[in-house]
Amino acid sequence: MNEVESLYQDIIVDHVKHPRRQGLRDGATVESHQLNPTCGDEITLQLVLDGDRIVDAAWTGRGCMVSQSSASILAEQLPGLTAAEAGERIESFRASMRSRGEIPVDEDLLGDAVALEGAAKFVARVKCAMLAWVAAEDALAKR
Amino acid sequence: MSGTATAEMLSAAELATIRADFPILAERVNGHELVYLDWGATAQRPRQVIDAEVDYVEHRNSAVHRGAHTLAAEATEEFEGARAKVAAFVGADEDEIVWTSNATEALNAVAYAIGNASAGRGGAAAARYRLGPGDEILATEIEHHANLIPWQELAARTGATFRYVPVDDEGALRLDLLDGLLSARTRLFAFTHVSNVTGQVLPVAELTARAHAVGALVALDACQSAPHLPLDLHALGVDFAAFSGHKMLGPTGVGALYGRREHLTALPPFLTGGSMITTVTMEGAEFLPPPQRFEAGTQRVSQAIALGAAVDYLDAVGVDRIAAHEAALGRRLVEGLRAIDGVRILGPVGDGVERTGLAAIDVPGIHAHDLGQFLDSRGIAVRVGHHCAQPLHRRLGTTASTRASAYLATTPDEVDAYLAALPEAIEFFRRLA
Repeated sequence: MNEVESLYQDIIVDHVKHPRRQGLRDGATVESHQLNPTCGDEITLQLVLDGDRIVDAAWTGRGCMVSQSSASILAEQLPGLTAAEAGERIESFRASMRSRGEIPVDEDLLGDAVALEGAAKFVARVKCAMLAWVAAEDALAKR
Repeated sequence: MSGTATAEMLSAAELATIRADFPILAERVNGHELVYLDWGATAQRPRQVIDAEVDYVEHRNSAVHRGAHTLAAEATEEFEGARAKVAAFVGADEDEIVWTSNATEALNAVAYAIGNASAGRGGAAAARYRLGPGDEILATEIEHHANLIPWQELAARTGATFRYVPVDDEGALRLDLLDGLLSARTRLFAFTHVSNVTGQVLPVAELTARAHAVGALVALDACQSAPHLPLDLHALGVDFAAFSGHKMLGPTGVGALYGRREHLTALPPFLTGGSMITTVTMEGAEFLPPPQRFEAGTQRVSQAIALGAAVDYLDAVGVDRIAAHEAALGRRLVEGLRAIDGVRILGPVGDGVERTGLAAIDVPGIHAHDLGQFLDSRGIAVRVGHHCAQPLHRRLGTTASTRASAYLATTPDEVDAYLAALPEAIEFFRRLA
């Protein structure tokens, strides 16, 4: 498998073809809109909170396969987490993405996000992968 | 652009000689020979330009315009010699060329000089440049952000109204609407010579004459023309022009502002401080004549000298011949792209459209970043994104495009390599979907 194929793994393609929790809804507690200024990719992420716990997540956006699959992967795993648990996952994912492949994605903690590991090798794509996660971080900070 | 039609293309032997001058073209990328099709973003540098900069730093490096020692005199002479070369290259006089960090800074220098005049600086000589409510600044929808945002901001600071010439659904500028947009209220018309997205060449002399007929100044973005087309700013008649060194075989960190002498003499400076004054007291300062008036602080000396060497290189090849070479590559590119299923070329593609050697495409359903990633895996370097032209991309219904851009060292084989890889990339992503 060459590097470009390793970037577009089945899990990523599956999330692009069947995006989870896509489509904004009424009644969100917090929301964040993030833009990647280099390519214009956009993600809007909504969270419904019950106290400190995320009970629902939804998103919409447009962009490359990396940014869109990453949003789907994240939105799928957020419901049920506390803000602190979500923050821990965001930090872990960021550390891997910024490591240029040195720090593997923690599959036990981050599930399908392991498929985004290939993006860490391409500096230009790290922002794509991080976009939704930055939106989640920003939304949680607004609580 | 007379002369481009008749100039001879570069022969295969000439191309080989030129390519041998560019060390980076021998690089291998991801296991493939580098196919560099991102010249429009930044041009690679020939050995002669790299050597000129190194030679200056190793043998004559010194502070310019001050100091009486030998090196300082040599440095000053070389620095000003580069200005003379660049001025001649674009059809300007030496004192009409101001060094800047890049084209963006050059356009901001004009916008801020006019803004300062609007705030009353520059006295009676600058009064004719003052903007205020009721005045209009006109730009176009195809502009690079560098020739757009400074004018939006200037309008916001002065109370003037910002207007623009829109494009049609194809991305061609609606010049048929110009008569309704240009009026006695128009004080400045800012437009690009060549679109960095569509490659379309605008009729600068005609647009300038129409702007001047209503009393408006013209600010030209020459970033995509100065490197690629024979340029005669005096003949075009524009009031200001901006271009960047790194797009014309020079280093990063140097660009230039052209301003007609009467304007640079009358306008107040943008940046102030060292190296641009005659007398300073605790109450105020008097400024040097242009171009030094607009060159505050330590200058980018080695970069300017290297840009002079870049101009020598371009002159030796012949810009008219480079333009002919690029026009042929541009036609090859567009014809090839039109033949690929699912590819939409941004901008007008008709036979009568004068264009340089670049084309940006949108492939509906496949994001430019993904496309660019696949091409990179084949060693093909293209630009993906909005190319600092978000409004144009939005108007054409996309956020990002994939742009291939050629220059004097680009071979027909490289264009063909891109045209061959593109359907493979499209097939790769279609298969995933």
